[in-house]
Amino acid sequence: MIPSKFDYLRVESAAEAIAALTQHGSEAKLLAGGHSLLPLMKLRLANPEVLIDMGHIDDLRYIRDAGHQVAVGALTTLDDLTSAHLLKTAAPLLATAAATVGDPQVRTCGTIGGTLVHGDPAGDLPAVAIAMRADLVIEGPSGSRVVSADDFFLGFLETAVAADELLTEIRFPKMDGVGWSFQKFNRRAQDYAIVGVALVSGGGQCGVGLVNMASRPLRSEAVESAVRGGASYEDASEVAADGTEPSQDLNASADYRRHLARVLVGRALVEAASRKH
Amino acid sequence: MAASLVEVHIRINGSSTTTEVEPRQLLVQHLREDHHLRGTHVGCDTSNCGACTVLLDGKAVKSCTVLAVQADGREVETVESLAAPDGTLNQLQEGFRFEHGLQCGFCTPGMLMACTSLLANNPDPSELEIRQSLEGNLCRCTGYEMIVRSVRWAAEHRAGREGEK
Repeated sequence: MIPSKFDYLRVESAAEAIAALTQHGSEAKLLAGGHSLLPLMKLRLANPEVLIDMGHIDDLRYIRDAGHQVAVGALTTLDDLTSAHLLKTAAPLLATAAATVGDPQVRTCGTIGGTLVHGDPAGDLPAVAIAMRADLVIEGPSGSRVVSADDFFLGFLETAVAADELLTEIRFPKMDGVGWSFQKFNRRAQDYAIVGVALVSGGGQCGVGLVNMASRPLRSEAVESAVRGGASYEDASEVAADGTEPSQDLNASADYRRHLARVLVGRALVEAASRKH
Repeated sequence: MAASLVEVHIRINGSSTTTEVEPRQLLVQHLREDHHLRGTHVGCDTSNCGACTVLLDGKAVKSCTVLAVQADGREVETVESLAAPDGTLNQLQEGFRFEHGLQCGFCTPGMLMACTSLLANNPDPSELEIRQSLEGNLCRCTGYEMIVRSVRWAAEHRAGREGEK
């Protein structure tokens, strides 16, 4: 299908994007890679009157070494994440998870900022941001603010980014030497995860993000505290469904999703332990 | 609301084009309707099947999920760019012919463009790498086996390979 009519605005900088958002308010939507927004517009589930195209803002597309963090520009594509040399050592969980999103064509277009701001509980990278305790930089008319991943994902397709704001950068703590795993269970390669787990563990820290186990991307506090308390992998994975509210659909019942969460967290803990060094 | 037309400059298969488009026009429509390049197919129209795959600045994209305005100032290559002007097939197309990499042929333009992108970066891909690079392309006839063999055929018969030995 063809989207509803809209007015098209191309912006060349974050400041121009914010000015356009301020002018057009909630009637406007930002276009990055378009692989969440355009399908919704084609189904007429989203009908923005103004589309603000950020595709030409090259200075929001970067992966930089920022001391104890890796700074990633919001318009960095998933394909960029997959191939970035810096991420292979500093944030392999991010690179590995990005390589499982959709398919190669989707990763050519899709951006990290787009997938995070979309806030889909079935998305892979929100769980990575939660597991790695990423900080997200949001810019708006009154300047910029930094929000933790826990304060970013508010509800179903709802994030902390206000209608006149823009996510510009994501900062991931470097993972040097920490064990990690990304587990994605789906039936076909290009499908969303039925359930997924992003996990970092080692050096006294543990981060666990769950895909598709609630109406928003979710942290598994139960698993994290079990691991920090020295629980065995079996005992830690046993609590993986605690605090979750999985939905049911044609792929899985809620009970099956809870089962998958326990199994995948168990696998993730074993794999993460094998990678610690 | 009357959305105004936008002028786009897109280099398509090596030729510069200038066209006024509605902002909501999809790239696949732009190619098929404004430029009569009907080799690029509309399959599912939901960014699943990959029949509409073209190269945008050398990388495979699904042209049903890209607006024509997003391609402004960029380079697009479609399946029509593969064969020589006299109709001589390129190595990849020859592989699909030789190994029977198609039955109905509907998915083939997308398969060819996805594989063109693969071979440009990885001239000698393994079977696994071929299958991974075709995760975004559905074929309902062949079961993929013949397609994978076609790509391997192209890799094994690529120009200049003899010189490497």
